[in-house]
Amino acid sequence: MSEIVKADGIAQPILTVSALKKTYKDGTVALRGVDFTVKAGEIVGIIGSSGAGKSTLMRCINRLIEPSDGYVYFDGIDVTKSNKHQLRYVRRQMGMIFQSFNLIARSTVLGNVLNGRLGYMDSVRGALGIFSKQDIEDAMSILERVGLVNQAHKRADELSGGQQQRVGIARALAQKPKLILADEPIASLDPVTSENIMDYIYRICKEDGITCLINLHQVEFAKRYADRIIGIRAGRRVFEGRAQDLAQDVVQEIYA
Amino acid sequence: MSVDLAKKEMPIGQPEPSGVEQHRNRTNDRYLLWIALFSIIFFIFALQQLDFDYGRLISGTRELPLMAVKMFPPNFSEWEDVLRSVAETFQMTWAATLLSVVVAFVLSFFCAANTAPSRWMFWFLRGFAALMRAIPVLVWAIIFVAALGLGPLPGVLALAIHSLGMMIKVFSDSIEEVDQRVLEAMRAAGAGWLQMIVRGVLPLVYTSFMSWALLRFDIDLRYATVLGMVGAGGIGWQLIRSMHMYELHDALFIVMVMFAMLYTVEMMSNFIKKRMINANGL
Repeated sequence: MSEIVKADGIAQPILTVSALKKTYKDGTVALRGVDFTVKAGEIVGIIGSSGAGKSTLMRCINRLIEPSDGYVYFDGIDVTKSNKHQLRYVRRQMGMIFQSFNLIARSTVLGNVLNGRLGYMDSVRGALGIFSKQDIEDAMSILERVGLVNQAHKRADELSGGQQQRVGIARALAQKPKLILADEPIASLDPVTSENIMDYIYRICKEDGITCLINLHQVEFAKRYADRIIGIRAGRRVFEGRAQDLAQDVVQEIYA
Repeated sequence: MSVDLAKKEMPIGQPEPSGVEQHRNRTNDRYLLWIALFSIIFFIFALQQLDFDYGRLISGTRELPLMAVKMFPPNFSEWEDVLRSVAETFQMTWAATLLSVVVAFVLSFFCAANTAPSRWMFWFLRGFAALMRAIPVLVWAIIFVAALGLGPLPGVLALAIHSLGMMIKVFSDSIEEVDQRVLEAMRAAGAGWLQMIVRGVLPLVYTSFMSWALLRFDIDLRYATVLGMVGAGGIGWQLIRSMHMYELHDALFIVMVMFAMLYTVEMMSNFIKKRMINANGL
């Protein structure tokens, strides 16, 4: 954890998204030019109805989806122009958390967490799963942090939804990320578990000074956990500001 | 290195069941009705064209038990030769299945839509596999016997090539069933192609690979028993020889051995499959 710089008073923009556009091959326009910046250590909630373009936006940042136009700057690197090698360097610094957890069901919990290290390893060592002692120790201490150290050797699909999402968080943390992209992390969980997961994400990001972008469709969660909220509607940014500035009529406009 | 065919981009969000889909279901029903109607008409047409002499069906039915009586009792005296050809049949099957499984295992990752490094490779390998399995085993065997002469070698090649065609297809289909989102998560972490295959895809597909390989062993053994009839080794050669020489007592023994062999293997593969399924808690 030591190499992660704590976010203090001086906050540099770590992520800049500029005029980002995406049109899918079938003609669906998902993003119509989105701009925003995120400062280091900030937790930014992105809200909007399903189909507004939140997931596309997030995937354009780490280029799981190729943006059609616009720029993404991450920590001084132009992600949109990165070649394969640079992209790998960028991706391993961005931990991603998914709505459906996306774990390897038949691998162990520990194995799933260690998969977060693959971006740092050469292809053969990574494929064969020859992880360093340090990586394994780190993975175990991350599992301890998310309260799953006793489940480390269980198969991932034996865990409950909430536990699986904690494995997802642990996998992202194993990357020692500067930025966490959480795409609807609680959309398939019950309210109590949702709160628990949001607490974990919030606490870990604040403790480690990790910048975090969270897609949420529940406004209440965004208001409670995000330092700043961005509202997306039909591929455009229609709101940006603090939770207290998000008035009811604005919410209605976002979800209209 | 890899072009990532996997990055097939789809708009995110679930499509809702719509009136369009209901319409589609109704259209499907109508299709099925037409297909059924066509099948019946074609069946009648075919029977008429073939113009069977149905009298032979009756006389033949009388002939069949007489034939069986003529074959009885089985002649066990050639048992050493027969057992040797049983062993040869198993060896051929084992060699062919293993060869095709190993080669298909490697190639299948290059021609599954979600892991293929390039579209070119995808189409080339899929086409190659389709051709391999479109040509029947016996035709392959005839070709190889013509090229290499009699014996088990052309048999093994014929089996292996035909198996390869099937194994490439079923393996890569299994790979394509792997949830796209799981692979997305690995790419997001910066994992490379090989890492994604071995750490991500393999744990999810190896049991289905194993049961396909087992099934193919079963199929290959069945083929191997008849390959001898075109001179490509195995127990089929013994059967066709004794039939040609009208040694019906020998033939009956060989048929009995064939039956015992196939039945045992089927029992065994059922047993293994059950064990495998239990082990995986499915």
